[in-house]
Amino acid sequence: MPRTLAQKLWEAHVIRSAQGEPDLLFVDLHLVHEVTSPQAFEGLRMAGRHVRRPDLTVATTDHNVPTRGGLRSADELSRKQMEVLAENCRAEGIPLHQMGSRRQGIVHVIGPELGLTQPGMLIVCGDSHTSTHGAFGALAFGIGTSEVELVLATQCLPQKRQGDLAVNVTGQLPLGVTAKDIVLGLIGRMGTSAGQGHLVEYGGPTVRGLSMEGRMTVCNMSIEWGAKAGMVAPDDTTFAYVEGRPHAPKGAAWEKALDHWRTLRTDDGAAFDGVIEVDASTLEPHVTWGTTPAQVVPVTGRVPNPHSETDERALRYMDLRPGVALADIAIDRVFIGSCTNARLEDLRAAASVIQGRHVHPKVRAMVVPGSTSVKLAAEKEGLDMVFKAAGFEWRNAGCSMCLGMNPDILAPGERCASTSNRNFEGRQGSGGRTHLMSPPMAAAAALTGHLVDVRELI
Amino acid sequence: MAPLDLADVDTDQIIPKQFLKRVERTGYGPYLFYDWRARGGFVLDRPEYAGATVLVAGANFGCGSSREHAPWALRDFGFQAIIAPSFADIFRANCYKTGLLAVTLPDSQVRHLIDLVNEDPSVEVTADLERQVVRGEGFEYPFVIDLFAREMLLQGLDEIALVERHDADISAYEKRRAEWLPAVR
Ligand code: SF4
Repeated sequence: MPRTLAQKLWEAHVIRSAQGEPDLLFVDLHLVHEVTSPQAFEGLRMAGRHVRRPDLTVATTDHNVPTRGGLRSADELSRKQMEVLAENCRAEGIPLHQMGSRRQGIVHVIGPELGLTQPGMLIVCGDSHTSTHGAFGALAFGIGTSEVELVLATQCLPQKRQGDLAVNVTGQLPLGVTAKDIVLGLIGRMGTSAGQGHLVEYGGPTVRGLSMEGRMTVCNMSIEWGAKAGMVAPDDTTFAYVEGRPHAPKGAAWEKALDHWRTLRTDDGAAFDGVIEVDASTLEPHVTWGTTPAQVVPVTGRVPNPHSETDERALRYMDLRPGVALADIAIDRVFIGSCTNARLEDLRAAASVIQGRHVHPKVRAMVVPGSTSVKLAAEKEGLDMVFKAAGFEWRNAGCSMCLGMNPDILAPGERCASTSNRNFEGRQGSGGRTHLMSPPMAAAAALTGHLVDVRELI
Repeated sequence: MAPLDLADVDTDQIIPKQFLKRVERTGYGPYLFYDWRARGGFVLDRPEYAGATVLVAGANFGCGSSREHAPWALRDFGFQAIIAPSFADIFRANCYKTGLLAVTLPDSQVRHLIDLVNEDPSVEVTADLERQVVRGEGFEYPFVIDLFAREMLLQGLDEIALVERHDADISAYEKRRAEWLPAVR
């Protein structure tokens, strides 16, 4: 029977399956952060249990770390969460990359960066954007805190087999159009829940042509159209990215791994429950206008007429009227960051737009690298100087204004061009208004002070 | 029963991030839908819905962040069941772990429930897990639920203990794993 990539990944991790019960899957890597884990560790303690495989578990602080001023500038509760994580990791022997470490960063940025994320693995984390790791041909999805506790205790997860969807992307991406626009366009077309109950494989020549960073951006946002996981079959691009990283296999082990990884593709003739075709050559840079990622249009477009109560509510919240040209919307803030778009390639793309120009006087703009090592690498290339010379704030790594659990938030009514993944009401600060877009688009908005087609600037 | 006639209610709304800094599993009830309630006039604050144990809502309920704090807050507030045309996958899983019943019904039936409660806020509707029906006066809507989830909810089983029973299988699997797979240290 020809099998899909998802099917192969799934079957390789089944420990046990029984009629009427979910499959019991083995977890190869469990990523842990400060916000969704304290109750799980507490649960373990109360039941007298311990972490079964601390050697397959790794933790970092990212969600509420301050991005300037060091630990002392964190509020008391955030500091407590970070301390509790450190204590839990110490007690259970789990490696922790916390503030101050060169390996600290957003959990979905450091996994790939350290070579911990590899093809064929099953990866979970108490965070919905765990789908990011699927870019390596891994099965990766977010779990809740009770499941975090279960994985800590057993290294297993009971899961019901999901359906298979394929997204086939063809056609060359036009200049100024990025991986972010592929996925924003897709979500706009499919809506917020079309992927529910499905594992999605992104393929086709355009996806094959994307860098690992681009593939991660696409897989990252799978959850925004409801998919359980997103993945891309591994290929030479994947192997080249993984090779030589701290936790990548070496020598003879590398060769063995490669042999296995090359089998991780959907067999010819394998059946999907649905196939979605995307023609990338017709795409334009996309910008969200509403409060879900599906409320999105090309930047050359206008705010659409509302079709539902949800649309009307979004228009009210965003203080927008139908028919307004996107390019006429002025912004106050710019955020370049998050696990969707804060890797080195993203910063380079934004910097290339900014080079030699200046942030609009009415705009406050900041760059928050996805990890400390992205930050250091960017500084080595002088990207920090490009941003700073243009008037951007250059911060330390963390989730920052993607969700505003640290001091980086929008004031009520402020409007932000953001490279993150969620434009929900209040996501970046109570009353704040978020427009999602690619890093070059956010850079362009910073320069002009309004939403703008980056192609006018390049 | 209380109505929340909106699609795509995300977990950022159900429990805003400023309340994720606690390290406990309880005490989230007062912060349920905090930002919406702070603006005043929020439906759940109307006296006629006080004490409601069933919430009926729009499609894709619980989308967004995986925070289990969302079902914790709903439960702490007093809800025992949520009825909607569809739920985000992680949220639904979190509900079952929390002892909260997530019931999926077709659009038209959810619409009927919302109309009912809008007309008469005191209308009684029961989500019966044992018989797998949502029933009220003159109607009975059957719903499907994963067998395993149903057992978990009805019997309040300790899922970790259930998995631990398969320790021999887990150990055997661990021995079979490729030796080049990464360890974190
Ligand atoms: S950057 Fe944003 S989306 Fe990504 S893990 Fe952090 S909070 Fe979640």
